[in-house]
Parts: sequence; structure tokens; C-alpha cells
Amino acid sequence: MSIHPQLLHLIIALIAVMAWVGLNALVLVYFERKGAGFIQRRPGPFEVGPQGIIQPLVDGIKLMCKQLVMPTGADPVLFWTAPLLSMTPVLLLFLVLPYGPWLTGMQIDLGILLILAFAGINVLALLIAGWSSNNKYGLLGAARAVAQSVAYEIPLLLAVLAVAFTTGTLDFVKITEGQGPWPWQWNMVYQPLAFIIFIISAVGECNRAPFDLPEAESELTAGFHTEFSSMGFGLFFMAEYSYMVVVASVASTLFLGGYQGPFGSDGWWWYLPKVYAILMFMIWIRWTYPRVTFVQLLNINWKWLLPLGTVNLLATAFFMKLF
Amino acid sequence: MAAPHQAVEEVGTLHKTAGTVEPALVQIQLVDKILNVCRAMSIWPMTFGLACCAIEMMSTGMARFDLARFGAEVFRPSPRQADLMIVAGTVNKKMAPAIVRLYEQMPAPKYVLAMGNCAISGGPFNFKGDYNLVKGIDTLIPVDVYVPGCPPRPEGLLEGLFTLQQQITGRRWWPVPALKEEG
Repeated sequence: MSIHPQLLHLIIALIAVMAWVGLNALVLVYFERKGAGFIQRRPGPFEVGPQGIIQPLVDGIKLMCKQLVMPTGADPVLFWTAPLLSMTPVLLLFLVLPYGPWLTGMQIDLGILLILAFAGINVLALLIAGWSSNNKYGLLGAARAVAQSVAYEIPLLLAVLAVAFTTGTLDFVKITEGQGPWPWQWNMVYQPLAFIIFIISAVGECNRAPFDLPEAESELTAGFHTEFSSMGFGLFFMAEYSYMVVVASVASTLFLGGYQGPFGSDGWWWYLPKVYAILMFMIWIRWTYPRVTFVQLLNINWKWLLPLGTVNLLATAFFMKLF
Repeated sequence: MAAPHQAVEEVGTLHKTAGTVEPALVQIQLVDKILNVCRAMSIWPMTFGLACCAIEMMSTGMARFDLARFGAEVFRPSPRQADLMIVAGTVNKKMAPAIVRLYEQMPAPKYVLAMGNCAISGGPFNFKGDYNLVKGIDTLIPVDVYVPGCPPRPEGLLEGLFTLQQQITGRRWWPVPALKEEG
């Protein structure tokens, strides 16, 4: 009996991705709390481990060992499906990201399409979570999450399409190799408007502040995860951070040259700093800007990002045809 | 006039065991110990304040005192995700059912910290002829730590947090500050 080599490759990649997702969540929680601390002129987590470094791990263990509560009147099947449905597509998304010239879980021609398609499942998970928990705040949060995600998916798609037009492919590796190693050879320089639209839509898509209206605690308690305790909440939390990593990875691949480094020093050691620079930027704006209202949120999208994205796409198509 | 207050009297019978988890099927001492340390080091309070003590509680989370150093700055808006209920302020009889409801909604293990004289005993509002005051939150829900003061200073709340950590793990984690000589 022998295992098919491609199957073996996939299994190893999946296990590695699981470890990678967990590690990322821990590191990001730490960075987020430390970043919040530094921006507000306080040390942040400090005493649990040196510089508070094991704080996220301690939080994780505590969350796992809390009581699981299901409210009366909740739909038992959907209630427990929602956190899993939010978390599982993440593993697939991490599989197709190009970490290095040879370091990728599964190289396919339609990487971007796969990511855009499966990232949409998260919206369904949030809707199910809000609907099934039999809670008015949960339902309102879910409605907001759907309205926001559906709205911000369109400019995101337009920005990605503009890049796809210039490179002529949807394959991550080919897009990366279409750019040069130096910053002035990146797509960011040729598509600045698309880059800005992509970053703004990505923040909106990840439900991050200042666009974190689905879980705005001043109005909606905790939004769609109001009724989730213990690891139910923990999975939503991990999924949110994982989607941040996915979005930052896509941004770094499409616009910042991905894993390419100068003088032929390609590899994940160029890829990771770019991803984490974008993540740090997202953390920075989260703790700097106040939350917008829902009307403002949708106005930014429908009145600015969508027309600008369309114009950018048409201009890109025109110039690609011209030259 | 007693009828509207009936609910409060009824829910005042929660026992101390309500906030604890049942012991595990297989008990391994080391695992329990590590678990308790983890619980003590990540006490997430619930976001709510009732009166002026809440201002001091917010001050504890701010730059000068920074509750975040001990991993307790994650104020969760939903009771389902909170570990610690800081009752910061006067509880009147109209507020009492909401407090009890919130306590019941928290998943075990859960802890309660009565902050300030009002939450402990009624404080300055406890006089003859008052009609709307709950004389101590411990008549409604089990309290783990009492932090006296009117209002307590942020150091007091931090000390209350340390006491709670000591109750959970059985040892004090942070050095006791030395008393400063007057003059």
C-alpha cells in the first residue's frame, strides 16, 4: 500500500497550515495588545512572561476551559456549525498562498479566484451565527456583517481585477514573478489607486476598526458573537485574525512583490516582513481612528470606492489595449 | 409596594457554587494547577459601570495604572465572554434584576468583585428611611473580593485583582508594595 505523493504533500501542507494559523493568531493577538498599549502610552501586557509574551497562550488555554453556553431557543445545529464554518475555509485559503518560490501548499492557476470565492463563506458563517443565537443584538450584528461584506467585496474585486488585467493571469506565482524585486518595480507603483482601494476594502472586509460595525460594542453588545462563549468565540476570533493574514498576504503578493528580494534572494524571509508590515498598518489604524457610523461606512463604499475602482479598471483596460 | 421588589428577593438565593465549574472526571494535579494559573492571569472583566467607581475603574485601565500589564484589560461587552464582574457603584432595586441576570449569563468559572462602599454595603446612601437601595451586592450574588473605598483608588482595584488571583491559584504573584513613611 502506498500513498499518492500528491495526497501526502497535501496532508503535510494542511498540518503545517493548521500550525501556522494558530501561531499567527497568537502572535497577532500579542502584537495587537502591545500595539494598543504603545499607542495609548502604556506598556500593554507586561507581567505574564517576559514582556507579557505568553499572554495570548494563557488567554487561549483559559478560553478553551470555560463553560460552553447555548441560550434557550437557539438552533443547536446552526449554533455550533457557525464557528466551525467560519474557521475551516481559512485552512484552504492558506494552502494556495505563495510563501516562497517553492514553498506553497497547492499551486493552482486560479489562486485569486479560489481565495475570493472561499473567503465569502465567512459571511455565511457570521449570518448563521447571528441568526441561530436567538438574540436581537446577534441578528442586528449579522445583518450589518452581511451588508458590509457584500458591499466591500465589490471594490476589492475591482482592485484585484485591475492587477489581473496588467499581469494577464490569476496565478499568484506568475503575478509575483511579473513584478521586480525592487520597490519601484512593484504593482503598487503602477496601480496606486487599486492598492489604496484594496487596503481600505480589506479593512472593511475583515470587520476591523474603524469598520468594525458588526461587533460595535457601544450599540450591539458584541454583535454576531454575543451569545458565543469559550471556544465558540475563540474560533471567531482566530478566524478574524486569520482572514487578516490572508488579506495581507494577498495584498503583499499582488502589490508589493510577494516573496521577491533583490539580488536573487527570493524566499519567505521577504514575504513575511511585507505581510506583517501590512498587518501592523491595520493594527495601527484600528487604534488610531474612531468607528464610523453605518451610513458613512456604506457611503464610503458606494459613493467613492466603487466609482473610483470602476474608473481605475476602465483606465487600466484602455492603457493595456493602447500599449 | 412590596410586589415590584419580589423578583429581587427571589433571585437572592444564588449559592457560591453557582460560579464554579464541576471538577473534571480525571483529575491531574499539575494540569489543574496550570489551568488555574492561566485563569488567574487572564481575567477578562465585563464592560459596565454603575456610578462614580466606574470612573476609577476606567482610570485603572488607562496609561498611569494600566490593568493590561496583568492581562486583565480585555473588557468584554458580552457577559458570555467575561470572567469577572466588577460591580462598580451603587446598586438600586431597579438595577438589581439586571445585575443578577448578567451574573447568570456569565459562563463558569466566574468571579465577582464588589468595588466601593456602595456595592459592599450601600455606603453613603445607607440611611434610615431609604427605599431604593440594595444594601450590599452580596445579598444578591456571591462576591469573591471586596474593595472598600469611596471610591477606591486604582491601586485598590489592582490590589483586588491580585487578591482574586491569589484566591484562584493559592499564592500571591506580585510583590507587596512597601508602606511609605509619612513626612
